[in-house]
Amino acid sequence: MPRDQRGTGPEAPAFGRSVPRREGRAKLEGRGEYVDDLVLPDMWFGATIRSRVARGKIEEIVFAKDVPWDEYVIVTARDIPGKNSVLLLLEDQPYLADGVVNHPEEAVLLVAHPDRHALERARRGIEIRTSPLPPLFDLEDSLAKKLVIWGEDNVFKAIDIVKGDVDSAFRDPSLVVVEGVYHTGAQEQLYIEPNGVIAAYDAKEGVTVWGSLQCPYYVHKALKPLFGLSPDKIRVIQMETGGGFGGKEEYPSMIAGHAALLAYKANKPVKLIYDRAEDMVATTKRHPSRTRHRTAVTKAGKLVAMDIDFALDGGAYATLSAVVLSRGAIHAGGAYECPNVRIKARAVATNHPPHGAFRGFGAPQSIFAVERQLDLVAKTLGMSPEALRRANFLQRGGHTATIQEVKEDPELDRLMQRAFELSGYAQKRPALTAQNAAAKTGRIRKGIGFASFMHGAGFTGSGEKLLGSEAAVEATPDGRVRVLAASTEIGQGTNTVFAQIVADALGLPYDAVEVAQPDTKFVPDSGPTVASRTVMVVGKLVENAAKGLKGTLREAGLLEDVYDHAAFRTACGAYLAKHAALKSVAKYQQPTGIVWDDKKYLGDAYATFAWAVYVAEVSIDLDTYATTVDDFWAIQEAGRIVHPILAAGQIEGGVAQGVGFALYEGVVWKEGRMANASMTNYIVPTAVDAPRIHVEFVEKDAPYGPGRGAKGIGELPMDGAAPAIAAAMEHALGIAVTRVPCLPEDLFALLEGGRS
Amino acid sequence: MSSIDLVVNGEKRRVEARPMERLLDVLREELRLTGTKEGCGEGECGACSVLLDGRLVNSCLIPVLQAEGADVRTIEGVEKTPTGKALQDAFLACGGAQCGICTPGMVLAAVYLLDKNPRPTGEEIRDGLAGNICRCTGYTKIFDSVAAAAKALHDEGSTR
Repeated sequence: MPRDQRGTGPEAPAFGRSVPRREGRAKLEGRGEYVDDLVLPDMWFGATIRSRVARGKIEEIVFAKDVPWDEYVIVTARDIPGKNSVLLLLEDQPYLADGVVNHPEEAVLLVAHPDRHALERARRGIEIRTSPLPPLFDLEDSLAKKLVIWGEDNVFKAIDIVKGDVDSAFRDPSLVVVEGVYHTGAQEQLYIEPNGVIAAYDAKEGVTVWGSLQCPYYVHKALKPLFGLSPDKIRVIQMETGGGFGGKEEYPSMIAGHAALLAYKANKPVKLIYDRAEDMVATTKRHPSRTRHRTAVTKAGKLVAMDIDFALDGGAYATLSAVVLSRGAIHAGGAYECPNVRIKARAVATNHPPHGAFRGFGAPQSIFAVERQLDLVAKTLGMSPEALRRANFLQRGGHTATIQEVKEDPELDRLMQRAFELSGYAQKRPALTAQNAAAKTGRIRKGIGFASFMHGAGFTGSGEKLLGSEAAVEATPDGRVRVLAASTEIGQGTNTVFAQIVADALGLPYDAVEVAQPDTKFVPDSGPTVASRTVMVVGKLVENAAKGLKGTLREAGLLEDVYDHAAFRTACGAYLAKHAALKSVAKYQQPTGIVWDDKKYLGDAYATFAWAVYVAEVSIDLDTYATTVDDFWAIQEAGRIVHPILAAGQIEGGVAQGVGFALYEGVVWKEGRMANASMTNYIVPTAVDAPRIHVEFVEKDAPYGPGRGAKGIGELPMDGAAPAIAAAMEHALGIAVTRVPCLPEDLFALLEGGRS
Repeated sequence: MSSIDLVVNGEKRRVEARPMERLLDVLREELRLTGTKEGCGEGECGACSVLLDGRLVNSCLIPVLQAEGADVRTIEGVEKTPTGKALQDAFLACGGAQCGICTPGMVLAAVYLLDKNPRPTGEEIRDGLAGNICRCTGYTKIFDSVAAAAKALHDEGSTR
């Protein structure tokens, strides 16, 4: 039915309308069921006994004599029925350390007891005696192979992207060459619900796990070899999940394995919930990075060559580092046209706990570097940062660093113009400069800065083709429609947008569609809930599945051209009177014209990009060295917006995490271990720290995604805040902020360090 | 173990608990009121916020003994109060809840704020919610929700 014929009531098209969040009422009344809320009969509780040292040989495990060990179930690597490795990309990370430990807090033993309060006694009663091996904590030391701790050379993944001829360009004496080095720190996802899983084992049913997780089929894949069981003997159910941000992408496979091993040995369901300290100290964080830039530019400000060396600290095991590096490397050249680009990217091992997925997945690191570098280039040339950007923005027909032809029109000029209009950037920039100059003896300095950038939606390169995701839609005899997908609701609104998309595809009211709880027994593998792919990729699949279901009813002669909900209901009833099921499955088909060369790392890295310009306004207190973000504008193009309030919520939340990444969230490392693993000492933005965030979507049709085209937006906002804030700080103080987080003590060192 | 009497969401309850057990655990495990969430266990995040004799507290920091004879209100009892209902409606309409784990505590903090100060300014809303961490929303939609609830309650009051 055409969009406009259903009016604005409950029958109106749902796409583009801020319908109520599907599970919102339950969450607001405290009825959402999270894993820790679930109690199974005769359930035991588990705990993980971890390494205290960064690297060493396990010599002996000593059990205190005064603990009644017969009450406990204890699991070591020797109890593992299948393979002791967490299957993801490589198989280097054990579920339980066997003989050696490679990072602090590595899991060595598991214990379970019927009384949760008895676990602490066991924890204190087990001593893991190790003989130390020399540890490696520094990224540069790892690159230089000062010590080899992983493989032959510490390198988890090496990527080299070459466009044009960088070396020739640098030999051109007419060009200006600018060099800079940039660093970003580890960042904790800090979802407010810590990680947790419940597992049960049954000889007939196999392993069942209920968990707080993003990717049910990652856990499913990881548990099969651990137990040597067939796929039908592993069942993974996602409970309501209290935030993920990447932090519940891969690590839940580890916890699920632990809980399942305990359940298997105890023959009881086992609940394994991390407390905050354990979650912070043991689970993954954003990869710390170092990026070197060497840029050759004409005196008029045209980029000629970019030579970029991008390195990530992957921690002790490979986990997802290869793909984090990939996204970071592909985004390292930014949203700019440059004929000659060389990106050398390396993810290397250290004896930190493995770093992992966190919103943005490598891009916030490399985009921080390229945006800061462009500001430095502008300053060197005596140009304004905006004039330099305008001279180099990617345009339709241009080519990214991977020589991907830009087929859409990014219109970054237009986004910048809009961002400047809303923020008053052009007036404020000189006004604040004058105000700062006049305030010589005052405490407060103010600045305004921006970043322009893009973020690729979906898996990189051939990733989506290899995933081959599926989603399904089914209907009941009374015309109720259910979406079956493994994409998880983790706060971002999956349930709501899937219901909207399917309602529109079937011409039904939003309330007529429900979304099934992700349970691998019932939902197909839609791939992981990551990479800004849920709306664009899986949303398109559920739309296709819904269209397929409608096609089935039409082909059966049960549905007219134009129909209402009652007629749909009748059609479903009639169909199901003759057939066992009314279900339609859609499988991902790579759109034509997407070509990626994984060997050369060139071609269409992403089906499409979202584009953005963000502006930050800051105040800096010269007595406390505290930086406050006073105001923030986030302007982006991400195709058509399915749900304006949810979409704005994604941007606002990502920006706030970016504010934390820039100004507050410093992980303190001590012998490879997070020393400030508590919410008292690791500071994220509170209600009084977060700026007012003004969000605007410049909407247009897009070639991919459901409806008239919708691009991924989950990660985009994480990329822009830190470089915009750093640029504003530089404007306020005239110093280069090349490293985030920039805490008050860091700013103090930057400003006063030279003087002492 | 001790017998402890308290009033929870208007109902008299007696629990058998260790005196130093956290009110949070008694609510969740003994009374099965699992809407109160644990985020940090150290009084920083506010996910476990409840009202104890009308005061906003972190239930992870309250030994249950301290709640003897007290009136406890949790998220499960919020719907029954006009302020609570208005806030729940506004959070749903304005997008103030995403993953939902901070939401119960956030709603209780907002109930406490609006009951004390029915027309808070933007700054007062920020201050009132400063003890409750949300990692999803960036707070903007939470501020909008609280302001909308205050307005709805005011408009309702003025039409009576």
